[in-house]
Amino acid sequence: MSLRNIYELYQTMERDNTMLSFKGVVTSDLLTSVLQIMESKLDHVEKSPKTKKKVYNVLVECLQNLYHHNEEIGETEGLDFLFSKSALLMISKNSDHYEVKTGNYIIKDKSKELKRKLDDINALDKEGLRELYKSILNDGEMSDKGTAGLGMIDIARKSGNKLEYDFLPVDETYDFFCLNVKID
Amino acid sequence: MENLKLEGSAKTPTVQFDAASGTLELKGRSIPENSVEFYKPLNDWIDTYGGSPKEITTVDIKLEYFNTSSSKCILDLFKQLEGLNGKGTEVKVNWYFEEDDEDMEEAGEDYQAIINIPFKMIEVEEI
Repeated sequence: MSLRNIYELYQTMERDNTMLSFKGVVTSDLLTSVLQIMESKLDHVEKSPKTKKKVYNVLVECLQNLYHHNEEIGETEGLDFLFSKSALLMISKNSDHYEVKTGNYIIKDKSKELKRKLDDINALDKEGLRELYKSILNDGEMSDKGTAGLGMIDIARKSGNKLEYDFLPVDETYDFFCLNVKID
Repeated sequence: MENLKLEGSAKTPTVQFDAASGTLELKGRSIPENSVEFYKPLNDWIDTYGGSPKEITTVDIKLEYFNTSSSKCILDLFKQLEGLNGKGTEVKVNWYFEEDDEDMEEAGEDYQAIINIPFKMIEVEEI
């Protein structure tokens, strides 16, 4: 990266109103730090306690998705181990909404399953999401990791918008999963 | 039996389970990555408490926020209490939520719909 790129990178982040951006492995400590930083930033910039809570809630679920996702990657072939565990997180504040963007590698087999889930979620309205949440909460089994399969539904409920996503093919094993959550 | 007291942290709620008075309180936020690990001792305590409960068991839930992984554990906790209800104790849940926090209010209503114990929804200015 040339030195000029540093300025370009700065300008891009400035233009996008980036509040925080991180690329790397999401560990438990990292997750805690990001939440602490974002909580104090939100205290400064956001007056509405309601919006503050919603943004924080979405962040918690997004970060924990990235964190638990790492455990799934394991020591697979193909991409370099650490590289495949690395993820992207960006939070920005625009005039009338916040955006939380995440990016992470995902094993192709899992892409299909996740895509179906996201399409199901996007097909539902507010009340439908609440019902889906309730039924999975009541019937669903908890995984060993303590994840309940409710994260994406909760993100959709709190955001109040459709989840924007894409799966970009990387190689024969991995896709790159991109998610953009808009919070009004 | 011994009371269960856990200090709250950035990711876990304050726990005050008092066997002598039959009051069980969760307060703060619950966002641990592995909620099963955190809630296990709470379930164990309730199991023991169920052996000789107070006539009335009051459960005060004063959470400002919980993650989805905790939501499942909280349901399991309520199911456990539902099992005790009518067996030597009468269980009542007080669900606190902050003014205008529709999300927490809805969460309480959803538990109320699933669990067969009396819920009281209590709106407060600040938890």
